[in-house]
Amino acid sequence: MSELEYWAGRFRKGQISRREFMGRAAAIGATAMTSNLVAKIASASEPKKGGFARFAMAAGATTDTIDPGTWPDTFTQCAFYGAMCNNLTEIDAKGQVVGDLAESYEPDKEAKKWVFKLRKGVTFHDGKDLTATDVVETFRYHMAPNSKSAAKSLLASVKNVTSDNPNTVIFELDGGNADFPALVSDYHLPIFPAKDGGGIDWAKGIGSGAFTLENFNPGVSAKLKRNPNYHKNNLPYFDEVEFLSVTDVAARTNALTTGEVHFMAGCDLKTLNLLKRNPKVKIEEVEGIGHYTFAMNTAIAPFDNADVRRALKYAIDREEIVKKVFLGHAKAGNDNPIASSVKYAIDPEPKYSYDADKVKFYLKKAGLETLSIDLSVAEAAFPGATDAGVLYSEKAAKAGINIKVNREPNDGYWDNVWMKKPMVAVYWNGRVTCDWMFTSTYAEGAAWNDTNWKNARFNELLVAARSELDDTKRASMYAEMQQIVHDDGGTIVLVFNNYVNATSKNMAHGDVVKIWDMDGFRMAERWWFD
Amino acid sequence: MNLILKIVFQRLGLGVLTLIAVSAVIFSAIQMLPGDFASAILGQSATPETVKAFQHQIGLDKPAVQRYWEWIGGVAHGDFGYSFSSAGSLGGGHDRAVSDIIVPRLKNTLILASLAAVVAVPCALLLGILAALYRNSFFDRFVNSFSLAWISFPEFFIAYILMLYLSVKFQFLPSLASVSNDSGIGDYLVKCALPAMTLVLVTLAHMMRMTRTALVNLMSTPYVEMARLKGASRFRLICLHALPNAWAPIANVIALNLAYLVVGVVIVENVFVYPGIGQLMVSAVASRDIPVVQACALIFAATYILLNLTADIIGIVTNPKLLHRR
Repeated sequence: MSELEYWAGRFRKGQISRREFMGRAAAIGATAMTSNLVAKIASASEPKKGGFARFAMAAGATTDTIDPGTWPDTFTQCAFYGAMCNNLTEIDAKGQVVGDLAESYEPDKEAKKWVFKLRKGVTFHDGKDLTATDVVETFRYHMAPNSKSAAKSLLASVKNVTSDNPNTVIFELDGGNADFPALVSDYHLPIFPAKDGGGIDWAKGIGSGAFTLENFNPGVSAKLKRNPNYHKNNLPYFDEVEFLSVTDVAARTNALTTGEVHFMAGCDLKTLNLLKRNPKVKIEEVEGIGHYTFAMNTAIAPFDNADVRRALKYAIDREEIVKKVFLGHAKAGNDNPIASSVKYAIDPEPKYSYDADKVKFYLKKAGLETLSIDLSVAEAAFPGATDAGVLYSEKAAKAGINIKVNREPNDGYWDNVWMKKPMVAVYWNGRVTCDWMFTSTYAEGAAWNDTNWKNARFNELLVAARSELDDTKRASMYAEMQQIVHDDGGTIVLVFNNYVNATSKNMAHGDVVKIWDMDGFRMAERWWFD
Repeated sequence: MNLILKIVFQRLGLGVLTLIAVSAVIFSAIQMLPGDFASAILGQSATPETVKAFQHQIGLDKPAVQRYWEWIGGVAHGDFGYSFSSAGSLGGGHDRAVSDIIVPRLKNTLILASLAAVVAVPCALLLGILAALYRNSFFDRFVNSFSLAWISFPEFFIAYILMLYLSVKFQFLPSLASVSNDSGIGDYLVKCALPAMTLVLVTLAHMMRMTRTALVNLMSTPYVEMARLKGASRFRLICLHALPNAWAPIANVIALNLAYLVVGVVIVENVFVYPGIGQLMVSAVASRDIPVVQACALIFAATYILLNLTADIIGIVTNPKLLHRR
């Protein structure tokens, strides 16, 4: 492939003709299978600098602030984390953790102590140099006892963060964690300049990122200008970017088709085919790691019986739901919450699909003839939850399970329904690593363990795998854990939802990060105008 | 004149009483919203202690009655309090006074409302007078059915139709009314064109038809007949004889519609993504930013009361019968 890329590069620079390039590509062995790729490489352009890009985001509220402890949705995540700031590490398009503000990082033998060496010559937008103090204060800000930061629980395992010289930061954890470098890439954890006398100064909106903040009007817009001293070579490409909060999907679509914006988040799936026909627009669809689930409380009857759970897993027609509810813009789940793009992911066997005989078999095994349960859904859980619930109920009834679908109010769904009712619809953003996903939602006693699931072997493996630095051993541990969740867990992973966005035709980009939507929220930094 | 002043003060006093009643309704309605800001912003991972500390910080732990009096007391001094979002994630963030959040938004809404009113009110009056003048003519029927057709559609539908033709198909006007604080007058005019047009279409029929009906009713009264027998022209008949007596109902309808232009624009603002007070209120309700919601609701109520008061006074002033009560 590298040879192909070499010729593609020469072709793009105009050093060889298209014909010659195609010939070379064929000679290397780019067959029909890769010809799409060849065409893609040949048509992809060299990134160009310049332009004013406007992004219509689906989120944003008047309560938004620059405070990194909040940042609840994609507006603040893209405008502040993605365009204005940098973390110690970031996730690249291959799903690997790479250093950003950190040049390198090393664990001790047990992965209990991590030493991060900072990149030299990085400056904040006000000209101040990045030092270890800024990093230490940033993390202490989230970890403080009175902190209300959304990242506080994420950093619960960090005992102390210190520095012994301006370029080194030392994290001491209360247990080994081989994935710690992935953890610090979280969008709540960009590095802000430290204040004199402790704390960080976020209110001015000064970061180290690709763009400097011009103005921010909460719930309306954020405008940023290129940072000429950015530490990443040649980035960013845009001169200026503006993020607009356009929560109405029709307004976003219109703004894109009239050329008032160059990007719209979250297309309306029902009218996607109409939008596709517009020659000035292209659709960007990425298979994400976010997923929609039905969570059953495994601590109470009848869900405390593993056979009942299995019967329920066989009683759902996932393909039908993908087709009818998500119109094909999702991937059917197999009750493994780890998406295939995450490191160590496996696809456990047997693959769950609708099977009335197996439902009856497992019900009988549980000593039941029929089963009646309640399922709580709301559009707040995920769009299409009600429809998915109804389809589930229809199919399950044929196999002897009566599911009463209760539509709950959107307001207060997460307070009054989730983790309170026996079986509920849930949305998960997904996590970068297996450990992160499992620790936050499947470990015994985890605050978000919405299935109340306790599996001794799973919990034992979770701790062991966390501090295991040998890759092969970790892979086999995580494989076993995914198998256990698949077989025994109380979560029905319905689908992994695709991120469906649209851009104007002249917007271009390289390989996108799949971990989060919108090129890992960093499209402002990475994309360009053709 | 003294009598008018007396009436004005009387009505203002009543208006204040109404506002107090409305404020109680607003406050209790907001109490009934499920979920609260503290747990909404802290997320599920927050411990009960953190939630409690946060509630204490933003004063949500006090009894409702006490909070109500504190709020009303503040409002009486012109202090609407602070947005909950100023609490930040570590407390002591930067303070965001509710008035600082509302004033620019209110300004935008007022600009849009006045743009729409400047077009809609004269148009409605003129069309109403003409329709009464040429009653039952083709013109009368056309204007009537045309304006009725527009008012019969929901306003978001009108908004989308206008958007489809004027911005998507023919690209005359922008579909996003994304004005900012430093936008100039020209920018406002271009960006507000579509939302203002929508508002004109939805308010026109009401005012126009009331003008027409009021005039038509008067046309059959003996004094108008007398004037006609005198040989006055039709135009003179309507403008000098009938119209002065029709002001009261017309003013009433205009006042209602003006109030609607300020408080009823939520949908139009959302469709065109116009940063006005309606959009602010929707966003504040969604994120449970109670001080902002309360202030918006109170401003809406005050707008209605003030405009109705104005209509009442116009009605009284233009009607000598009411002015000199026996």
